Order: sequence, then C-alpha cells, then structure tokens
Amino acid sequence: MKELAYPFDSEYILKKSRKIRRQLLEGRTDFLLKRIAVLGGSTTHDIIRVLELFLLEQGIQPQFYESEYAQYWQDVMFDNPELVEFAPDLIYIHTSNRNITSYPAVSDSAEHIEEMLEEQYEHFRVMWEKIEDKYHCPVIQNNFEYPFYRILGNQEAVYRQGRISFLNRMNEKFYQYALDHTGFYINDINYMAASYGLDRFADPFYWHMYKYAMCMQAIPEFAYNLANIIKAVFGRNKKALVLDLDNTLWGGIVGDDGVENLEIGPETSMGQVYAEFQSYVKAQKEIGVMLNINSKNEYDNAIAGLGHPDGILRPEDFIVIKANWEPKSRNIASIADEMNILPESLVFVDDNPAEREIVEAQVKGVAVPVIGTPEQYIRVLDHAGFFEVTQLSDDDWKRNEMYKANLARKQQQQSFGDYREYLLSLEMKGTIRPFEPMYMARIAQLTNKSNQFNLTTRRYTQKDIEGFAADDTYVTRYGKLEDRFGDNGVVSVVIGKKERWEQTAADTGEGEQALQIRLWLMSCRVLKRDMEYAMMDSIVEACRDCGIDTIIGCYYPTAKNGMVKEFYGTMGFTKIEEDEEGNSVWRFDIPQSYEKKNTVIDVWEGNDG
Amino acid sequence: MSREEVFERLNEVFRDVFDDEEITVTDATTADDIEDWDSLEHINLLAAVEQEFGMKFNMGQVVSMKNVGEMADIIISQIG
Repeated sequence: MKELAYPFDSEYILKKSRKIRRQLLEGRTDFLLKRIAVLGGSTTHDIIRVLELFLLEQGIQPQFYESEYAQYWQDVMFDNPELVEFAPDLIYIHTSNRNITSYPAVSDSAEHIEEMLEEQYEHFRVMWEKIEDKYHCPVIQNNFEYPFYRILGNQEAVYRQGRISFLNRMNEKFYQYALDHTGFYINDINYMAASYGLDRFADPFYWHMYKYAMCMQAIPEFAYNLANIIKAVFGRNKKALVLDLDNTLWGGIVGDDGVENLEIGPETSMGQVYAEFQSYVKAQKEIGVMLNINSKNEYDNAIAGLGHPDGILRPEDFIVIKANWEPKSRNIASIADEMNILPESLVFVDDNPAEREIVEAQVKGVAVPVIGTPEQYIRVLDHAGFFEVTQLSDDDWKRNEMYKANLARKQQQQSFGDYREYLLSLEMKGTIRPFEPMYMARIAQLTNKSNQFNLTTRRYTQKDIEGFAADDTYVTRYGKLEDRFGDNGVVSVVIGKKERWEQTAADTGEGEQALQIRLWLMSCRVLKRDMEYAMMDSIVEACRDCGIDTIIGCYYPTAKNGMVKEFYGTMGFTKIEEDEEGNSVWRFDIPQSYEKKNTVIDVWEGNDG
Repeated sequence: MSREEVFERLNEVFRDVFDDEEITVTDATTADDIEDWDSLEHINLLAAVEQEFGMKFNMGQVVSMKNVGEMADIIISQIG
C-alpha cells in the first residue's frame, strides 16, 4: 500500500489508521500469524495501533498482548498468567529514559555512580534472563534516548554525573548483552529520537498528559522502524537491489553524454552526491544484499559507465546486469528468475517515476521506493529498512559471491550435453550432519526464509532448533554444499520426529515406529544439484541406525511452495492421503536393498554422523 | 474562519479518525456520544484536529475541554 511505504505521511496514517487497517485485511489472506507481546514502560496503545499496520503491510498479522500501563517488569518477573498463556512468538520491551528510576546527582561519588549504574542495569538483565528461561522467544529491547535537557550543558556526556553519560553507559551494557545473546535485538530509540528531532520527539506534553515516551506524530516513524526489526526476525527482509544507471548511479546519460562527461566523483557537487550513493550501495554488498542492474542502455555503454575511474561500483560488484531496450518490468522478472528468488525479494531503484510505475504495476511484490532527488537517495533507501540487519553471519558477506558462482555454473552448464556430466564437473562436496552449535543461527534463519522449496513451511526460532538438536526423539540434518565455484554454505535442513505411526496402529492394533518429517527445506540456490537426494540418503541411513523402516512426509501447500507439491513422489514415496486443501501425506518404506539416490555429490557425514 | 466552517472541518476529522461516515458533531457532542471515543482515542483525535487546523492545544486546554463546542472555541481563538 503506497500510504505505508517510506517516506510516508505520518499524520495521514495516524488519522486514517482504521480505514487503512480495514483495507489491509481485505487485501490478502496469506498472512503469517505471529503473537507479539508489547511490554511497556509507558503508554503503548498508539504504537501498537500503527505497528499493526506496518506488519500487515509486510504480510505479518500480529496478535498483540499489551501489558497494563508500565507493568513490563512485573509481567515478566511475576509470571503474569495472561502473558504465560499468550505464549508470545516475540516480546518487545518498550522502555525509555523515563523508566530510569535513579540518575546520578552532581554531588555523587564515582563509586556511588558505578553502583547506581549496576543497579539500573540489573533491573533489566534479570528480566531478560527470566524471559530467556521462560519464553524462549526473540526479544526486542529499546535502548535509551537522550533526555531533552542538560543540567551540565555541553559537559553532560563528559562527566559521569551527567545523564547523557549515564545513559550512554547503560546503552553500552545493553549492546554487550545483545552481542552475547542471540535472539536479543536492540531497537535504537536513541537514533530514532535524533533522526526525528529530540526536542519534538520528547515533547513533555505527551509524557505528562498521556504518559507517552514520545510525541504522537513521531509514532509512525518509530513503529515503522520497529516493524522492520520484527519482519527481519521473521524472515521477511528483501534480498536484492535492482538499480537503474543513468541519473540513478551517476548524473547524465552515458549513451548520449559519453563516459567522460558523467557526473560521478569529486569534481562537482552532483558528482560527489552520486559517488556517496555508489559507496552506500557498495556497502550493502557487505551485509549480503545482492546487486543487479536494470537499465535502458547498450550493454557496452553500461559497462563503460561502471568503469568510470571516479566510480565506486564496478561491473564485478553485480550479479545480473540487464542493459538493453526491453521493458524494465520484463528485465526485473528475468533477474528474479535467474537468481531463483521471488520478485517480492527485490527492491527496484530508479530515478524515473514512469519506469517505477511500470515495474510496480507489472511485477507484483517488487518494492519500488519513491527515492526523491539524488541527495535524498541514501536516506530514503536507508530509512526504508528493506535489508534490516538482525545478525551478521559469514553467509551474508559471502552471499554475493555465492550467487555469482551460481551464474558461472549456469554458463558452464550450457557447454555440457549431458546434465549428469555437468553435475560431475562441478566436483561437489557435501557435508550432511546432525545440527551442530556452529550452524544453529543459520538453520533457524533458513526455516524463516525459505518459502519455495519448503514442504511444511514451519518457522522455528534458534531456541527451537537447539531444542530439536538436544532431543533424541528427533533426527536432525543440515546439509552444506561446496563445489569448484564456491561454498554455498548451509542450504538444506531436515527435521524428523520418531513417533508411532497411528494410521498403522488402527490397522494392526499397534503403531509401528516411523520417522515423521516435520520440516524439509532447501535453499533455491542449489536447485537441481541432487542435494535433496543426498539428504534423503542421509535420512534413510539415520532411520536404519535406529531400526526404523518407515518414513512419513507431509506436504502443506502455500502460495509459494508449489514446486515441491510432488517432491515426495519423486523421492519414491507413495501418497496415502490428500485433503481438499491439497494437504497430502506420503509414505516411504525403506527397502532391504536401498540404493543411494545421490551419485554426484561426494558426501561427508563425519565419524559420528 | 467561521464557526460553521470549523464544524464542517471538524466533522471530517471525526469521520476519518473513527472511520465512520455517519458522524455529525455539534456543540454538545462529547465522548459519550461516539462509541469508539475513549481516553486513548482522544489523544489521536486531538492530534488530528491540531493537524487539520495547524494549531496546538496546550495542556490547560486539553484538561478543561468538555465538549466539541469548547474545542471549536479554542480553535477559533487560536487561528483567528
């Protein structure tokens, strides 16, 4: 919905929220349902009201638990039964500098201030630990924003007695806790207040009248930023940028003006603006955003423009470069296709409103921000939060390389007549093992991100994943795949539970032990590499080790996982049930002489695997 | 701005905020007359009114305001 895309009209959203909500709920049905507990240190009514809109816009339908006014700590520490019963998928703690119960006085000694800092921090720490023990769900915690007045003036941040100094040190402790605990995320209210304007943000009218930690008008931006963290935690981040060239990455038109006359680099003000934007885009690569070009240009001109000596981006920074005279909507669809990702994972950046419109109209789901004038590009893209970082993982840094390697593989494929011959030429090496501590974060991330090759689309937190790994009634396997073009990292996850299979119980009076596959997913970047066969072999092996002869798998259809509808059939399973919605149950009886299905990947399962 | 114009625009704001095209406010309208108008929605309503007329209520006014008529009086006194 245009009204909710950054940059938005906050006043409009506040005023029309009921109507917007109604339209969002009418607009689609395939929402991801999530239970979100909002534990406030101030009034949270309107934050929830607006947060709901932004989450619905992301395809997440929240059900909220809202603590009574300022009961955030009590709710957790004394196990409020309502909260316990609510069983949140995520807890958000909305506290602010108004919740600091004692600040240093100018006359306080250094030791006393240290004690005070420790005491204030402990108040929060014990609550977080309690949440971790009791709820095992992701936590989002505000840091502290600066107060709107300064007793010590410009030295407020210098002297330990100053409130800014005190809050900065509290914040540092919060950040350290976040670094030490996965699934614990900071919502940077301090940045939001600064970005909005502290004097307006902290308008005391709203605190004293209504106990709001911020002014009403700041709530949409605040809630938007918070929604970005939540959607990222639940795997709804965008994955790739698709960029125009002329007047987007440089000033001027390379085909008309020639490379030497483009505005990029230190010579002119506009050139500097474009150079800064190119640096910003290049930095996105580091957090795992994949870069692509979609430009109306001769290909050679596009490459020449990207070779400008004062430019920052180079042709090799991009995965797919579409520089041609096709409609941009067609190019963007084929970019999604070549990368094996959905159009809704793309962000299209173009200075030309007409091009934006055609892409928005023709390719459903692509984000098409209104990026404004060149000096606004960075702010708009940055604050829009398409690629909100929750966790820095090695995989993110490597992602661009992996996708480029994929394209190299595709080119290689074209030179082989026989597909198996091609697969062998990749010299693939797989690692398939039970879940291990090193990969828990990545495994949880995959369960939340994978939509297409995903039989049941069950979403799990890292805590859940660790739980399965520790429970011997579960069989867990992750699969890594490497080849001569690069390492794809962890790309497949299977979770099975050893259970009595009840349908047989009805037939024979007693259930036989079977492995029920709760989750089977694979990243689309390794489609058609036979990795699924290697996973199957490993699961069969695991079943044999514990004397299980039957594997049961389910397929639950979603809007996106049509590609695996018949997956179990191709693995040799027999369909034994199917209901009207298309949910199906499949059975595989392991034959005495099971032949390994994978013959192209050299698999290492480890000594104890 | 005439009192009639103020009421006309207030009506629009009320309809937007409560997403109800049936609402017509008068001098005597209070929170008791509109189902969704509770103390929390009141905050949002005042913010929307402030935006509509490009003015701000101060704390004293918010605390003492008793009905839509008084709200209109404050608006007229501030925007002239």
